[in-house]
Amino acid sequence: MTVITEELNNHVGAELPPFEFEISRGDLKKYAVATGQRLERYLNGDEAPLLYLFAAMMPVLPLDRLLPDGRQPDSGLMPPLPLNRIMAGGSEYQIHRKVYVGDVLVCRQKLVEVFEKSGSEGPLLFLIFENRFETRDGEPVVTERLTRIAR
Amino acid sequence: MMTNRIEVGEQLTGRTWRADTVQLFLYNAAIWNPHRIHYDLPYTQEAEGHPQLLIDGPLQGDWLTQMVYEWLGESGTLTAFSYSNRRAAYVGDVLSTEGEVTAVDGDTVTLDLRITNQRGEITTVGNATVVIESGR
Repeated sequence: MTVITEELNNHVGAELPPFEFEISRGDLKKYAVATGQRLERYLNGDEAPLLYLFAAMMPVLPLDRLLPDGRQPDSGLMPPLPLNRIMAGGSEYQIHRKVYVGDVLVCRQKLVEVFEKSGSEGPLLFLIFENRFETRDGEPVVTERLTRIAR
Repeated sequence: MMTNRIEVGEQLTGRTWRADTVQLFLYNAAIWNPHRIHYDLPYTQEAEGHPQLLIDGPLQGDWLTQMVYEWLGESGTLTAFSYSNRRAAYVGDVLSTEGEVTAVDGDTVTLDLRITNQRGEITTVGNATVVIESGR
């Protein structure tokens, strides 16, 4: 018996409103120090390391909207799930060009696929999200395919 | 540092990481991540059942990219990267990045990457595709 409901299937294709953000030298320098970068172009804040983009998707919310464990509430992209425990499945990036200080990027987030596999402890539900980073003109910069696993 | 001719089996220069609470604090502030499992030890142990503060999965992913960037120097471009966290890593763990060349096809090189802890267990796996500038 499948755990994929019609409601879940109908959620495939859901998108968040796109948002813009500017690559700031100060933020790049802080990120470089915090992650232990050693190359000058990152320490100087001239260029963004790839995984700096993870930070761009973290919403800035008032303190009283944070969950008791500190996390931000899930975005509208996460569908209602029949399984309760969510695990990170990994990320795959396609890099079309480097990201530099001063770039203004648009981020588009979408749930693109849901599928099921059998695990040793029962069904596993795979949710595939696509996060696209583009210039304002629509030029692709980085595309991330992010997997979450529910069980 | 990269050798002139890239061959399958070439090892990337790895690095050993011992993230402490200060690094976790700065990293989670830098990415604006308020999840308590990375800074609140009593909560992490009592409410979540972990032995220590957790080292973020994306931080480990970043460490893998750093190994690639340092291997490339100025002579190439990262065009694809993937990573997956396989087991939890905690403050106090000694984490080592490792990588090697697994394929060379003209200017395109594929790299296998991983992080292991002090027990030899893999915490994160990844791979990367890079394009080496011609004439290098």
